[in-house]
Amino acid sequence: MIKFEHVSKKFGKKQVLDDMNFEIPDGQFVVLIGLSGCGKTTTLKMINRLIEPDEGRIYIDGKDIEKVDKVELRRQIGYVIQQIGLFPNMTVAENICVVPKLLKYDKESRDRIVHEMLDMVNMPYDEYAHKYPSEMSGGQQQRIGVLRAFAASPPIVLMDEPFGALDPMTRETLQDEIKKLQKKLNKTIVFVTHDMGEALKLADTIIFMEDGKIVQMAPPETMLENPANDNIRRFLGKHMNDDAVTLTVEDFMRTNIITVDKHRGVRECTERMARTGVDTLLVVDESDKYIGTVSIKDIRLRGKNEKLIEALITDNAKTVRRDGDAHECFDHLLNSGDNYVVVLNNDDTIAGIVTKNSMAKALSDTLWGDER
Amino acid sequence: MTFKLFSEHLLIVVAAEVLALAVGLPLGVLCYFSPKARKPILWVVDVLQTIPALALLGIIMVLAGAGKQTVIIGIALYSLLPIVQNTNLGLLQVDPGVKEAACGMGMGRMYRLIHVEFPLAFPVVFTGVRIAAVNAVGSAVFAAFVGGGGIGTAIYKAIRIQNMNMLMQGTATLMAIAIALDLSMGWVEARIKRGHSSMKKAPARRN
Amino acid sequence: MTKFFEIYGQMLLRAIITHLEYVAISVSVGFVIGLALGILLSRIPKWSTFIMPLVSIFQTIPGIVFIGVLFLYLGMKPITVIIALSVYAMFPVLKNTYTGILEVDEGLKEAAKGCGMSQFQSLFRVELPLAFPNVIAGLRLATIYTVSWAVLAAMIGLGGLGDFIYQGVSANDNTLIIAGAIPAAVIAVALGALIDRLQKLVTPRGMRRGAAQ
Repeated sequence: MIKFEHVSKKFGKKQVLDDMNFEIPDGQFVVLIGLSGCGKTTTLKMINRLIEPDEGRIYIDGKDIEKVDKVELRRQIGYVIQQIGLFPNMTVAENICVVPKLLKYDKESRDRIVHEMLDMVNMPYDEYAHKYPSEMSGGQQQRIGVLRAFAASPPIVLMDEPFGALDPMTRETLQDEIKKLQKKLNKTIVFVTHDMGEALKLADTIIFMEDGKIVQMAPPETMLENPANDNIRRFLGKHMNDDAVTLTVEDFMRTNIITVDKHRGVRECTERMARTGVDTLLVVDESDKYIGTVSIKDIRLRGKNEKLIEALITDNAKTVRRDGDAHECFDHLLNSGDNYVVVLNNDDTIAGIVTKNSMAKALSDTLWGDER
Repeated sequence: MTFKLFSEHLLIVVAAEVLALAVGLPLGVLCYFSPKARKPILWVVDVLQTIPALALLGIIMVLAGAGKQTVIIGIALYSLLPIVQNTNLGLLQVDPGVKEAACGMGMGRMYRLIHVEFPLAFPVVFTGVRIAAVNAVGSAVFAAFVGGGGIGTAIYKAIRIQNMNMLMQGTATLMAIAIALDLSMGWVEARIKRGHSSMKKAPARRN
Repeated sequence: MTKFFEIYGQMLLRAIITHLEYVAISVSVGFVIGLALGILLSRIPKWSTFIMPLVSIFQTIPGIVFIGVLFLYLGMKPITVIIALSVYAMFPVLKNTYTGILEVDEGLKEAAKGCGMSQFQSLFRVELPLAFPNVIAGLRLATIYTVSWAVLAAMIGLGGLGDFIYQGVSANDNTLIIAGAIPAAVIAVALGALIDRLQKLVTPRGMRRGAAQ
């Protein structure tokens, strides 16, 4: 278990970490995410003491890491960095065995480790073990970078944007592999990224950071359903409202609508329709409760003899509650030929309407992000 | 330490650099134009610099006789490496986009070289000249051994008559020249480079 | 030609051997000290900010001055030549070791640290091997300089190939000049080529392609 207790850090005048408190249980895949400069990498590097906190304590399995020898500590913690950092003067096998060698494993067990490790990522030993990093592609190199971190089977592995420099295809593959590896070996992984897709895919728990503070620490589903603030929502962007979540009507409604009081005159309403270019008005009573609609057709047919619109109100428009199931609402719109569905709040006041247009727009925002 | 020795020394350095430029620039351009010629040319100028100074001067003296001409030729040969190397390097480093643009506008090979590529490569070439010139100040000491005069004469004499004062004076003068030359040419270099600020920073080749 | 070797053969051979001795001893001493100081300086960057420029200035003092000064202090002994040449050989090795270590990619240094290497292990397993091509380039410079400056040993009467050149110049005897100059040139070029080979050998296979210069 990793535990941060009131950890703060300044670089010069800039507060990079501000009273960080959290716990990571064993075997969890935790992703630190946030904008650059939010302190996520600093947090990560504190776990293996590449950076020391100004204030606060960090515990691993109850032991204050400040009291553990740095070098010893790092040998117990795997580390993968974005620049890959394979030693160009060593072969693949030698690179994998850097830590086992530091820990003075004998030659045989080191050899076994290389075999096992390469096996796990389906890189044939004979083909790769004696290659040098410069003889491999970036993706293959980072695979070895990951294996190097796992080689001495440390209980904790830290990864600092390990796939950031890889092309999307390779990244996907490596993400799948790392997830498999983690499940199989049951490691605690702390992973830094700025890619929400990656975080959602890999994490058991996501820690969202802003200005050196944790804004939200939650499993991906919880974060998707209930983002703690607008920045997280923005980060989640296109990943929000995945099919796993039930969508409600209010996600799709349009709220800038025109309502009229039932005591208004017919002529006034006609003018208003003409001015705003709509053919139907929503009518409310004194306490703003919805009572029905007036359409231009009704006015034309029967409005000649009426002064007030009250007499012309019909209530055959479909209404739904704002927290109603969006699916049902869609079906109605698509099948009935109605142009809109009226959305009501729980006190029967009007919340908005759903039209085919508003539906399509909300969908596109969800799929491709809100880019206005 | 006389003014005569001082001016002789400077004369040797300047003459040698002029000669080195006259030979080195075309060679550097040739290296740039023809990758085939590049390897042997760079190899030869490298070997020239490898030969011990006195050995080189001795060989030249056999051909050219004792006197300033021997030293000037010798130092010019020594100066070839930084000049040829940096000319070649400077030209190679010119932004390919600029080269293509010049080509696309219909400039001929020589026109392109003189009006576009060489001006852009000039800061790097100048660095080469600076390195060569500063080294030449030191090498010109050997003039004394082949009857070429210069500050080396005073140093050589000081050692023979075991006069520490004279030796120190000679050395101080020598280093003052070297440092003054390095600083002033470095200043010019910085100015040129600022003028070329749109250009990518070219690493200076020093050994 | 044959006559020349009859008269001078023995002398020439002795001169070559003396010359090589000077070079071998001075370069070895200079290399060891330069390497050690270079490593040391790379560990204390604070010092290096003023030591490195000092080294550069020292390097511009012509070798003849150095030999001259030492000669005045120590007298006409081989050790005079050895010390002067060793100091000269040390500079390029020191400089290249220092810059070589400093130029090792930050990512690699961090990776080494993150893997749990101590300062010492990081230096010997990662930084120094990666800086080695640079170190050898320094050795090459040191060797070539030394061959060149060793010629000056003759100036204070301590033999080597310089003897031939000096005598030739003062007696205006071209044969003697050539007899000293050609072997000196050949030794310099040959040693340079030898070290180039060595550099290729010691450069780890993985680094040869993008060869560090």
